[in-house]
Amino acid sequence: MVGIRIIPCLDVKDGKVVKGVHFENLKIAGDPVENAYFYSNEGADEIVFLDISATIEDRKTMIDVVKKVAEVVFIPLTVGGGINSIDDIEKLLTNGADKISINTYAVKNPIIIEEGARRFGSQCIVVAIDAKKIGNGKWEVYIESGKKPTGIDAIEWAKKVEDLGAGEILLTSIDRDGTQDGYDIELTRSVSENVNIPVIASGGAGNLQHLYDAIFYGKADALLIASLLHFRILTIPQIKKYLKERGIEVRI
Amino acid sequence: MVGIIKYGAGNIFSVMACIKKIGWNCYFVEKKEDIEKAEYIILPGVGNFAEGIEFLNRNGLTEKIREKIREGIPFLGICLGLQLLFEFSEEGDREGMNILEGKVVRFKNINFKIPHMGWNQLEIVKKSSLLNGISKNSYFYFAHSYHILPKHNDIIYGITDYGIKFPSLIIKKNIIGVQFHPEKSGENGVRFIKNFLKKKWLE
Repeated sequence: MVGIRIIPCLDVKDGKVVKGVHFENLKIAGDPVENAYFYSNEGADEIVFLDISATIEDRKTMIDVVKKVAEVVFIPLTVGGGINSIDDIEKLLTNGADKISINTYAVKNPIIIEEGARRFGSQCIVVAIDAKKIGNGKWEVYIESGKKPTGIDAIEWAKKVEDLGAGEILLTSIDRDGTQDGYDIELTRSVSENVNIPVIASGGAGNLQHLYDAIFYGKADALLIASLLHFRILTIPQIKKYLKERGIEVRI
Repeated sequence: MVGIIKYGAGNIFSVMACIKKIGWNCYFVEKKEDIEKAEYIILPGVGNFAEGIEFLNRNGLTEKIREKIREGIPFLGICLGLQLLFEFSEEGDREGMNILEGKVVRFKNINFKIPHMGWNQLEIVKKSSLLNGISKNSYFYFAHSYHILPKHNDIIYGITDYGIKFPSLIIKKNIIGVQFHPEKSGENGVRFIKNFLKKKWLE
């Protein structure tokens, strides 16, 4: 049976990883290839690169980053951040990315999901949803790195992106992101149970129990993890061993 | 030289990178004439069945691939590249290359999410030297919503369980087809492609 995926997320700015693995050798700390290679060897099931460059000009370096990583790392690579055209998607996919993740632009121009899925297949179109709790069982979609509310209901939006052809949803709880208080289980479960495409949970992981809860109670199909891994609080082998012992299928 | 068929979108870069890592040269086949210098052909797979077959037909590649396969060239179809070998697909209700008998159907009546996305196990049902060095029930990376239903079970060498057991590795003489992505399956995948390029399974 298909395993639950553990996905490290690396933030990239101007071609360098800014919050990568805390290596003892600082010289390689910002190198995307070294970071990706490290996690791939540790057992990562996929890797997500999030481009946080401020300008379009700087974003162009992302294509080189992906290219270099894809030459040596043979696991799926997803790229997100600043994608706003079919041309952007095509450039990334033909240079080594396996999937692309769209957030703000998908909300502003949902047609890109449909067109992207038709051209390149649903399996490579990931829609990232940043959601903030606004009431009992209600979450609102935010865009522009979680700064701008949209008035759109997160569950309804998740259903819509599935209809448009998205192959996966990368779901981040704005409330939990960076807190280490655990994933928003209710949000994750609500989205996961309302769509029939895989859901990647993100935001709030602080310990092993949180990871288990997101899968068992939140019905997540994959987990996106950043600081917990980068700061070596947990390692991928440690996470997978723990999940396996608790009856969750993982690739070891 | 390994000829990688380039048809529309697809993660051809990864397939190329994987082959280069193994130490082989490769190039992209975009027109039917390009195929001549290939010693091996890989039909990679990401995308949509209807668009894929249209491109191959329009560019005379379907006929050329058929011809090369008949001549006995080692051929590897990956994911959509496997599905395109069959007679018909429910994805767009289209005819395929008609090289193998059977059809391609969408996952039905399963309690799992579609696409089938992630690492799943290859259960070996028939031995082949193509799998040398790959232990049984090894994990490979999958990303698909449709799977093949061959007419003849004797070509099935590996299956995978996703609510139903579907064929994930087929071999028929010089034709190899995999539903998973060896170019994205870490060490197991690299080993698989290495074995393919050793041609030993043909002996």
